[in-house]
Amino acid sequence: MDRKLALGICFIFGVIMFAQYFSQHPMARAVNQAVLEYWQIIFAFTLLVGVASFMKSSFRKMRKPSDRPYQILGLLGLISMPVLALVWGIKAGTPFMWMFENVQAPMQATVFSLLAFFVASASFRGFRARSLQAAILLGAASIILLSRSSLGGIVSDYLPPVAEWIRNNPSMAARRAILIGIGLGSLTTSLRVILGIERTWLGGSQR
Amino acid sequence: MDIGTIVAGILTLCILSFLYRDNPIYKMAETLLIGVSIGYTLVIVWSTTLVDILFEPLFSESKLALIIPFVLGLLMFSRFHRRTASLSKIPIAVLIGSGAGVAIPVMLEARTLKQMSATVMPLISGSGWPDISALVVMVGVVCTLTYFYFSREHKGVLGKSARLGTYFLMIFFGTTFGFTVMSRMSTFIGRMEFLLTDFLRIIK
Repeated sequence: MDRKLALGICFIFGVIMFAQYFSQHPMARAVNQAVLEYWQIIFAFTLLVGVASFMKSSFRKMRKPSDRPYQILGLLGLISMPVLALVWGIKAGTPFMWMFENVQAPMQATVFSLLAFFVASASFRGFRARSLQAAILLGAASIILLSRSSLGGIVSDYLPPVAEWIRNNPSMAARRAILIGIGLGSLTTSLRVILGIERTWLGGSQR
Repeated sequence: MDIGTIVAGILTLCILSFLYRDNPIYKMAETLLIGVSIGYTLVIVWSTTLVDILFEPLFSESKLALIIPFVLGLLMFSRFHRRTASLSKIPIAVLIGSGAGVAIPVMLEARTLKQMSATVMPLISGSGWPDISALVVMVGVVCTLTYFYFSREHKGVLGKSARLGTYFLMIFFGTTFGFTVMSRMSTFIGRMEFLLTDFLRIIK
């Protein structure tokens, strides 16, 4: 029963949001606005559920003594941000923004920068011109890397324009084909979801 | 040196310690980052979505229609109890259904039709010579699409076209790789500059 109800609601909301795209009537616009607001609100509640779930899992992991300090630190970080926001607000210069600027942002940027090392080591191991495809991949990557570094202009004056042409033409062609594929794939998946053919989001069996 | 720079510098070093190997200092910094990031997102979503779109209009302006998404949102919490868990499928159905309904025309327009119209360009330039760039783009898009066409075996013309498509895909992967490496590298240079200039003051 609950599965049929969920499928029915999904169908109704899917058809409404699909149909309103083809209408400029103020009522259709109002429905669109209302449903988008509903969407944002429900999505915000899903985040709250996620936070509650994270806390639940952290408390469960705390039973293992070796994991306890990490879980406590994670929970402290999580709890401190709402507490700071509640007491001093979230405007510039508040402790909440101080935490964002001096704790979250530097660590996030450093984690992203670490990827440079892993990408470099992976490419060192993986980039071998064993076939024509691998050679093309290596060549394209090398041209882009050289053109974007200060070496680009030293090697050849033609390197930066060649890299730009590769980026705007052959690379763009493959990107476009991938985007067209994504578009068609999303369209068919959306249709399958609305018509109730695709039911994996309900969890459990496909029936 | 202000306390913010000291904290940011120490935490940056904690994260960079992972380059040696996975260690307790890195793990601590990592879990702190996860916690703080979740807390930050929570506060931003609470103030910009729940307060601005839901609580203010519902309780201050008495927009009673907002009770519907409020109740639907609260139903999400039914997931935590086995008996009531199935109720959470109702708000999920609203999210999935409306998202799918919006996605059909948007995906068709932005992802498919716009990309197709940008591909179909004049192949002969004003001077009467073929436009090599436009030709490369058109051949590249068609060949790459045939590579993703799995309804027929890749033999004969289709096979050759699909093979040519893989070359275009390799060029795309190569350029994407190059740009990704450069963007990560510039982030790393930024962090090093902060460490050496602002935190350790080795470079003036």
